[in-house]
Amino acid sequence: MSGIKEKEQEIIEEFEIFDDWMDKYNYIIELGKSVPEINPEYKQEKYLIRGCQAQVWLHADYKEGKVIYTADSDALITKGIIALLIKVLSGQPPQEIIDADMAFIDQIGLREHLSQTRSNGLLNMIKQMKLYALAFQKSMPQNNNQ
Amino acid sequence: MAVKEDILRKQFPILGLTVNKRPLVYFDNAATTQKPVAVIDRLRHYYESENSNIHRGAHYLSQLATEAYEQARENIRKFINAGQNHEVIFTRGTTESINLVAYAFSKKFLNPGDEVLISEMEHHSNIVPWQIACENHQAHLKIIPMNEKGELRMDQYRKLLSEKTKLVAVTHVSNSLGTINPVKEIIQLAHQNNTAVLVDGAQAAPHIPIDVKALDCDFYCFSGHKMYGPMGVGVLFGKEKWLEQMPPYQSGGEMIKEVSFKKTTYNELPFKFEAGTPNVADVLGMEKAIQFILEVGHKAIARHENDLLQYAINRLSELENIRFIGTAEQRTSVVSFLFNDIHPYDTGTILDKLGIAVRTGHHCAQPVMDHFQIPGTVRISFALYNTKEEIDVLVKALAKVREMFG
Repeated sequence: MSGIKEKEQEIIEEFEIFDDWMDKYNYIIELGKSVPEINPEYKQEKYLIRGCQAQVWLHADYKEGKVIYTADSDALITKGIIALLIKVLSGQPPQEIIDADMAFIDQIGLREHLSQTRSNGLLNMIKQMKLYALAFQKSMPQNNNQ
Repeated sequence: MAVKEDILRKQFPILGLTVNKRPLVYFDNAATTQKPVAVIDRLRHYYESENSNIHRGAHYLSQLATEAYEQARENIRKFINAGQNHEVIFTRGTTESINLVAYAFSKKFLNPGDEVLISEMEHHSNIVPWQIACENHQAHLKIIPMNEKGELRMDQYRKLLSEKTKLVAVTHVSNSLGTINPVKEIIQLAHQNNTAVLVDGAQAAPHIPIDVKALDCDFYCFSGHKMYGPMGVGVLFGKEKWLEQMPPYQSGGEMIKEVSFKKTTYNELPFKFEAGTPNVADVLGMEKAIQFILEVGHKAIARHENDLLQYAINRLSELENIRFIGTAEQRTSVVSFLFNDIHPYDTGTILDKLGIAVRTGHHCAQPVMDHFQIPGTVRISFALYNTKEEIDVLVKALAKVREMFG
């Protein structure tokens, strides 16, 4: 099992204990409150992913063959889901990030937040996370193999 | 006729839906209204027994469909009290109506250095077409500001009108704030200045009577789907004197008189502006929707919707930390607010879980949000089928939202 799939499985198990949507959303809101704030210097236009409803800031670093993401949003539910995405994708090698299908979002019943109609920036955020991974992989192809 | 809620609601099949295991509360009517059975049946009837291409073909069905289509034009002319049928142009909706004028009026009348005046509270569809037109003709776009209540500053408007102002494009009712603008006064002042006026009536048509003769507007635009009719159809009213002089917007079949490879001459009004096969079924559906509005009656609609508006404002005011965005003296059917510093997206998500459909975000009016320096609002907007009980459900749901985010 890849690192990403392991993380996904952890989250799926975590969500299994919730009986109803309200417990689930309370948990996401708490996650939203606890997510590490992005370094303020990255909270600027350059790192902004604009949604029609909520905004997302995303920053990525590349260290020892792994991509490290930090992010933030002005909406708490969005921020909570960002925390899940970071938990799954941050610290993983580029190729795994590029290949990730993020099926866990569907399994924990949050697919609606990734739909076009929500325009909350999450869909574009995932796209942007993968683009960063691709860019890091292209710029330092040797690092991965050594 | 008074609005009898139970009878009226039964005419809208979708209102019986259950969403997230709760009865649907539909408060997103400014985005689109639901459709009564009469409209749905009309569409079905057309495709079952009238469907044919119009204004051509000598056969029975073509004649039937053509007559129905032109009768709809006549009924819609009456609905807005226009002088002549050929001043009623069918479009895809308000957006296309505005684009048509922004393209064709500007091509004929907008010259370098001229000015177009719009307001700070416009929907993007009454901003962007004018930005493009001004760019194409080296003209300038000027903005009528609004005050803190979300009302246009008429003193500023007077100052902005000049000999350079070729056209004023302004909304009748604001989609994000519910403000009813003094369009009659705006038009009078513009005409004293020899300036034409386009009114965006998308949010007015379902709520207040439209009389283009009394307003004396040069153009008036509205959409079928925001007034209980089908999606994908709308109207542009234009005064004959302008439409006659304006070049075609789109070209193809229907809009021509004679075509040769050397030269094409254009058809007369309204066909000059209706290139291609028209959306006959939806025009007939829109006609039916208008008939529905007239049967319920504008007075009854206004009384009911104003009741709802007042009730909503009163009930929502009971909540702590609620901030209303848009508090104009003259307003209709829209309440925009922020609640407890909770992001509108968060509020909207939880309300959706509780079966309540609201709109959150910037409502395609980003300059309005910039004015109030907010990321967006939660907007509830009413139609004639909404009830006070639904507002009670909303108020309870908001208490739940506060509990979750508090």
